[in-house]
Amino acid sequence: MANDPIHQFQISKIIPIEVGGLDLSFTNSALFMVATVAVTALFLIMGTSGRGLVPTRWQSMVEMSYEFVASTLRSSAGNEGMRFFPFVFSIFMFVLIANLLGMFPYFFTVTSHLIVTFALAMVVIGLVVIYGFAKHGAKFLGLFVPHGVPGALVPLVTLIEVISFLSRPISLSVRLFANMLAGHITLKVFTGFVVSLLASDALGIFGPITSILPLVMGVALTGLEFLVAFLQAYVFTVLTCMYLNDALHPSH
Amino acid sequence: MSPENTGKESGEGKPRGADLSERMDRLSRSLDAKRQAEEVRHGSKREGDAKGIALALRLSTEFVAGILVGSGIGWLIDSGLGTSPWGLIVFLLLGFVAGVINVLRSAGLVSDPYGGGRGRND
Repeated sequence: MANDPIHQFQISKIIPIEVGGLDLSFTNSALFMVATVAVTALFLIMGTSGRGLVPTRWQSMVEMSYEFVASTLRSSAGNEGMRFFPFVFSIFMFVLIANLLGMFPYFFTVTSHLIVTFALAMVVIGLVVIYGFAKHGAKFLGLFVPHGVPGALVPLVTLIEVISFLSRPISLSVRLFANMLAGHITLKVFTGFVVSLLASDALGIFGPITSILPLVMGVALTGLEFLVAFLQAYVFTVLTCMYLNDALHPSH
Repeated sequence: MSPENTGKESGEGKPRGADLSERMDRLSRSLDAKRQAEEVRHGSKREGDAKGIALALRLSTEFVAGILVGSGIGWLIDSGLGTSPWGLIVFLLLGFVAGVINVLRSAGLVSDPYGGGRGRND
C-alpha cells in the first residue's frame, strides 16, 4: 500500500454527514480546502497587519503577489478588468496555495481532483457568461460571430466558435487537474523505486548503490513540481483574465 | 580598414576610399538600428521563461478539449435525435477545427483567425 501511487488521491471521510440522502461528509479534500483558505488568509492578514512604508519580508511577499496578479489582469483585460481583481486574486491564491500545500509529504492535493478544478472553471465561465449578458445583452453573442466572414460561412464558423467556447472550461480544468495528478504520480513512482531498490535482496550490494539514481530523479522532480505548481496557478489566472476580457469586450 | 582598401584600389586614390568607408558606416548604422529593433521585438516576447513554459503547457489541452467537446455534442445530438453515426462524425470534425483554432489562438499566432477586426495581443 505504501508504494501505491494512486493511494494519495483517495478521498476519505473524516466527519460523515448525510443530509436527505446526499453525502455531504467532511472529507480530507474538504479539510485541505479549509486549510488552503486558512493559510491564504493567514498569509495576507499577517502580511498586511504591519503596513510599514518599508515593508518587512512578509509584507513584501504579499505586495509581490498583489502586484503580480494585478499586472497580469491589467495586461490582458485592461484597467476595466480591475473590477474583477478580488475574484481573480482569490482564484490565483486558492490554486497556488492548494498546489503548494500538496507538495508536503502525506498532504492531500485538492487540485488533483477533476471535480474541484472543473467547479473552479465553471465559476469562471459562469461569471463570464453572466457578466457578458448583463453588460452587453444580446451583443455578447457577437463573440460567436466574428467580423469579416463571408455570409455563407457564418453558420459554420459560429458553430466552431461555440464549440471553441464550450471547450474553455474543459481545457481550463483538465489542464490543472492532469498536471497535478501526473506530477504527483510521477514523483511517487520514482521515489517508490528508492524504497524497492533498498529493500530488494536479489541485487545485493547493487541495490543501495543504484537506489541513488531514482533518488536524484526524485529531487529533480520535486523542483519541477514546485515550478508546475506555480505555473499552473499562473496559467489558470491568465486564462481567467483573458476570458473576463471577452466578457468586457465581446466584439471579436 | 583603410590600408587594405587603399592596397586593393591603389589606382583610385582617396576619394573612392572615403566613399567606401562612408557607405560602410551607413550600412553598419542601419544594421545596428535593425538589430536593436529586433531585440526590442524579441525582448517583449522573452519577458520570462515562465511565460513561455506556461504557454507550452496550454497548447495540448486546448486542442484535446476542442475535440472532446465537439464529439460530446455530436454524441448528445445522436442520442437525442437518433441520427447515429452522423452527428458524431460531423461534430468530431468541427471539434477538430475548434481545437486547431484554440491552439492557434493560445499560441498567439492568430489573434483573429478570420482577418479583419481588431488584433488582440495577449
